[in-house]
Amino acid sequence: MTDIKLWTLIFVIASFGLYVTIAIRARVSTTSGLYVADQGIPAIANGAAIAADWMSAASFISMAGLISFIGFDGTIYLMGWTGGYVLLALLIAPYLRKFGKYTVPDFVGDRYSETARAVAVVAAIFVSFTYVAGQMRGVGIVFSRYIGVSITVGVMIGMAVVLFYAVVGGMKGITWTQVAQYSVLIVAYLIPAWAIAGTVADIPIPQVSFGQIAQDLNALQQDFGLAAYTEPFQARPMQDVFLVTLALMVGTAGLPHIIVRFYTTKSVKAARYSAGWALLFIALLYTTAPAIAVFAKTNLLQDVAGKTYSSVPEWVHNWEATGLITFQDDNDNGVVDSLTSDETRAARPGELFVSPDIMVLANPEIAGLPAPVIGLVAAGGLAAALSTASGLLLVIGSAIGHDFYYKRLRPNATEKQRVAAGRWAIAGAVVVAGYFGVHPPGFVAQVVAFAFGLAASSFFPAVTLGIFWKRANSAGIISGMIAGMGFSAGYMYMTIYQGMEFWWGISPEGIGAIGAVINFIVAIAVSLRTAEPPPEVQLLIEEVRHPRLDEGAEAKVPIG
Amino acid sequence: MSQSGAWRGDSERSEHYWRVNLRLKVKLLAVWAIVGYLLAILLAEPLNEIVIGGFPLGFWIAQQGSIMVFVALIFIYAKRMDKIDSDHGVHEEELGEARKVVAREIQEEIGPKGGERP
Repeated sequence: MTDIKLWTLIFVIASFGLYVTIAIRARVSTTSGLYVADQGIPAIANGAAIAADWMSAASFISMAGLISFIGFDGTIYLMGWTGGYVLLALLIAPYLRKFGKYTVPDFVGDRYSETARAVAVVAAIFVSFTYVAGQMRGVGIVFSRYIGVSITVGVMIGMAVVLFYAVVGGMKGITWTQVAQYSVLIVAYLIPAWAIAGTVADIPIPQVSFGQIAQDLNALQQDFGLAAYTEPFQARPMQDVFLVTLALMVGTAGLPHIIVRFYTTKSVKAARYSAGWALLFIALLYTTAPAIAVFAKTNLLQDVAGKTYSSVPEWVHNWEATGLITFQDDNDNGVVDSLTSDETRAARPGELFVSPDIMVLANPEIAGLPAPVIGLVAAGGLAAALSTASGLLLVIGSAIGHDFYYKRLRPNATEKQRVAAGRWAIAGAVVVAGYFGVHPPGFVAQVVAFAFGLAASSFFPAVTLGIFWKRANSAGIISGMIAGMGFSAGYMYMTIYQGMEFWWGISPEGIGAIGAVINFIVAIAVSLRTAEPPPEVQLLIEEVRHPRLDEGAEAKVPIG
Repeated sequence: MSQSGAWRGDSERSEHYWRVNLRLKVKLLAVWAIVGYLLAILLAEPLNEIVIGGFPLGFWIAQQGSIMVFVALIFIYAKRMDKIDSDHGVHEEELGEARKVVAREIQEEIGPKGGERP
């Protein structure tokens, strides 16, 4: 145990030192540096930064665990959190890069109106705070498990580090730090996965060998009275799997902290390629996660299910201390008769509660890997949480410092004042995010899923209509965003807090897909009934549609 | 940009560029939808009857194959767009050249350091 603590401390301190060093070297003094890294990030580096920005505490810590409890239906996360990059690369990234300013509200403001910008600012802050709360919580969980401090102290340490490198380094510091964080987190994720694959199968490549294990797992699950693991639609009905996947994909393409990353590349071409690199880097983890899910579930069923509780392996009792595993012997026979991943045991009852959050964190222990590997996994979890948090905090900071302070309050502010405002806004956001980390509104992955629903039903339609439909105007887009987001938020609130029945089996995570459709319909209907946008907006659209647009350039092939 | 003389000829080039671009997007998004929604979800149950390398096919597409297809789609798009851009003469200048131009413009318009990008 002390060995694990020691190695964790070594890896955590070394990685934090690295992040701080990078921030100092990349420190910025201009708004362009602070918000868009001087538009000087190469495509591959930007891809790695996006991947780190993207893969949050939820991806790293919770996802494999969630999948292991829902089997096939876990594809909602696997596809939902990757397929959106296709939408981003084809429909948004190159055009926003050509537009070339600082924030998503910037685009909405220039394309539609200042009122639309204000709505976008509110939406960006709302979405980002919903999302960042889970990240700070993730930092706290990792610290409390491995170093033995309380979750609150863990959140404080995380806040201090992010505060430093985001405020000093701005987008430039954050980007290069994220490149380092990607490296840490992917190594931390893959090493245990490969090691475990080597112990359970002949081929140590998780992506290949988990097919065989999945067959064994199907049999184990059935012995234990559960449905086969690879059987679809056991956790959710088909229409819900469809809609949640769609909501997550569309949400991905509407998340401000991902969209702004494409402002930082050197060119439109680099923006397109960086989307590809980003998804390739993400896919390394996302194709490994379902394998980890299968390995972990198999281990869990073999070691724990149907055994007397006093004879279960040591790691189970280690995790009991954190409250992430609890045993409640309903029939007093001392045997683990059933499993659940639901803490309240209300929706899915069972004697042994296993939090999905521990599957990745406990996996090295379950597989008996040496202490340094466990320390590395802790550093990886922290890297995932911190990198996402910093990207989100920059969005909140830029929405307040740039869109609110500079564009609305003080249009005459000097460059120096604007940089200072940006730094203060980021610092303020860190403190508020820390508060939510200590008092979280829900468990990590669930909170994140809601941010997607809201992003899907607000930004995605506004941005894509802005690029692809010249007729879309301010009144339309504002009505659309309010209708879409209001509908999604209302449905989430009613189903979660007021106990409303799901409509047609659609869960609150999937409602964003419907919200996006409502946004599109309202935006189009209202646009058509109101005046078309002014000519300068038409020119702006022409401008963003072409990587370079100037008169007299020679085309290589005859046109006609 | 100016709207005189040369712009009229360019507008046709520009429309053609956009049409080709949209056609490519529709094709790639069709593949995206077929793999991600038709095969991985709607047809998952029948496809699961086929087992390859231990993987029921529907399960494999949903948790592995689809992700690989998504990665491929983006790189195919980026590669194709390189050619479409340069065929229509709307590709960006080489980096060194572009940077010099930008640096010169900033120097001329708003003095060294600072100011918002055009």
